[in-house]
Amino acid sequence: MLGPIIQNILNALQWGSFYSLIALGYCLVYGVLLLINFAHGDIFMVGAYIAFFVATFFLAAVGLPGWAVIVLCVPLTMALTALVGVTLERVAYRPLRRKGAHRLYVVITALMCGLILENGNLALLGASRRLFPTLVETHVYNIGGVAVTNLKIAVILVAILAFVFLETVVSRTKMGMAMRAISYDKFAIPLMGIAPDKVVVFTFVLGSSFAGLAGLMFAMSYPVLDPYMGALIGWKAFIAAVVGGIGSVRGAFAGGFLLGFVEIMVVAFFPSTYRDLIAFTILLVILTYKPTGLFGVARFQKI
Amino acid sequence: MQKLAVPILVGALFGFFVITAATGAMNLYWQSVFMFMGINVILAASLNIINGSMGEFACGHAGFMAVGAYVSSLLSVLLFAKDKVFGAALLSPDLALPLFPVILLVGALVAAVTGLIVAIPSFKTRGDYLAIITIAANYIVKSTIENIDTIGGARGFMGMSRVTKAMEKTIDLPWMVIWVFVGTIFTIWIIRRFISSTYGKGIIAICQDEIAAEIMSVNTNKMKIVAFMLSSGLAGLAGGLFAHVLGYVNPGSFTILKSTEVMVMVYLGGMGSLSGSVMSAILFTLLLEALRPLQIIKWVVIPLMLVLLMHMRPEGIMGNRELTDVFPRLKKFTAFKK
Repeated sequence: MLGPIIQNILNALQWGSFYSLIALGYCLVYGVLLLINFAHGDIFMVGAYIAFFVATFFLAAVGLPGWAVIVLCVPLTMALTALVGVTLERVAYRPLRRKGAHRLYVVITALMCGLILENGNLALLGASRRLFPTLVETHVYNIGGVAVTNLKIAVILVAILAFVFLETVVSRTKMGMAMRAISYDKFAIPLMGIAPDKVVVFTFVLGSSFAGLAGLMFAMSYPVLDPYMGALIGWKAFIAAVVGGIGSVRGAFAGGFLLGFVEIMVVAFFPSTYRDLIAFTILLVILTYKPTGLFGVARFQKI
Repeated sequence: MQKLAVPILVGALFGFFVITAATGAMNLYWQSVFMFMGINVILAASLNIINGSMGEFACGHAGFMAVGAYVSSLLSVLLFAKDKVFGAALLSPDLALPLFPVILLVGALVAAVTGLIVAIPSFKTRGDYLAIITIAANYIVKSTIENIDTIGGARGFMGMSRVTKAMEKTIDLPWMVIWVFVGTIFTIWIIRRFISSTYGKGIIAICQDEIAAEIMSVNTNKMKIVAFMLSSGLAGLAGGLFAHVLGYVNPGSFTILKSTEVMVMVYLGGMGSLSGSVMSAILFTLLLEALRPLQIIKWVVIPLMLVLLMHMRPEGIMGNRELTDVFPRLKKFTAFKK
């Protein structure tokens, strides 16, 4: 009886890790710019594709063994995905910010950039799905009737490490202090001798690189890639970030795992087609009772 | 004469569409393009109540469209057509014509009630959180439809074309063109009257400053309910028309992508501008048709155009102004308040 429950919990942890990794990126960008970066899910997709190309290049062209490919793949994927994210910020968001455009216009731009990434990928690479190469042989450990793969453990560990890293960066470094300061009062920042654009670029680098990492992990766990894989996961991760309370790193992390748990438990007890339905209904209920999310702080408006 | 200018214009347009479609001077392709134009006008104008006039950020419009589409198609097939699911028709097909607007309205009403899913949480939440709630509502509607197997689930539902054929058998006119036209004009009329009425000004007051509006005796909660229900009800009307024009619905056509399309039309036209919405819906439909030969690249070109639009002219075509503000001389033709 206990076996399947623990099995489901592990699956939920793995699924929640992906959500958390993506939600962290959403939350960082939102915290600094107050912008819902709707293209983030597609940056995750781009990360998965970059990981695919890097991995196949090193496996086929260079002929390295699997573990070495992973060691190379992680930093390269993160760096290249960060590059994509920063490019997006430079080309699409920054000119709008400079003009002082309405927030909504930036959000629309982000949505459209996401569509461009998806369909551009589809147009460039065709609709055929790609198979991610196996880098590491999956070992299945049986612990008291619970099947654990090494990949699952790795994914969960990576998510937790990423969270600890980000939490440290945001709360203990100078750059993190600048990020928090920007979200507190963006007009006072230049007066204090901080270049806001630098902070924004740093934020995008952080968020996008973790999306890239999530893409790599996702591609290793579910090795079929298609251009629209980022859309639904992106929306859901965004929802996870909001339920946690957007703009707080802890909230994003907790929200991701909560959503993962809800989804896996629904699949465990109901037909799998009910997954979206019940997950979203629960989110609606949470947001109706706690309008600013679980970790969110209510903002009072002065009159 | 000045007072009658707009009705005469509408009547002329109506005559043009009906006569050209009935005599076959307008081929079926252009008929369908014009019908989708009308449907898009309804969608864009109705979302503009929320996103433009009320200043919220709703992005789940396709969900309400789906409700309207399914309710009205189920009703029309149940009442007037022989079907595998529902068996024989309950009423004679001759009644399809007079009862069709009623069916559309029932679909719109059910969609309006569904709008409460969004309206009630919107009392407490604003901005991004409300955006999530609308997305969630869209997904909830879509998943619910997918999970009801009797109406086809993810396979979709068909049989509406028999009803439109029955209507054409009664009186041989292009009925769907007529209904779409009537629906479009009805939508524009009701939204214009509503937004410019003293009562409807409450919505614009909420957009400006919710707290101040509350203090100045605007019942914000009630106003929000009215706005969301009107918006989603009209979306349901558009959905019903959409279903009967195509003759087939499936839940896959009411995803976030569809909602995004509608949002694009609203922001292309300009927030809070009804004439802008109408223009942008017409333009956008033509753009979609013009770019059809590009196939998949179409969906790269259209977002790219929008990104450029946001950079060059972020306020859209009209930018919170009506046509009468741009050309003040038109006012004497359209004014209905002395």
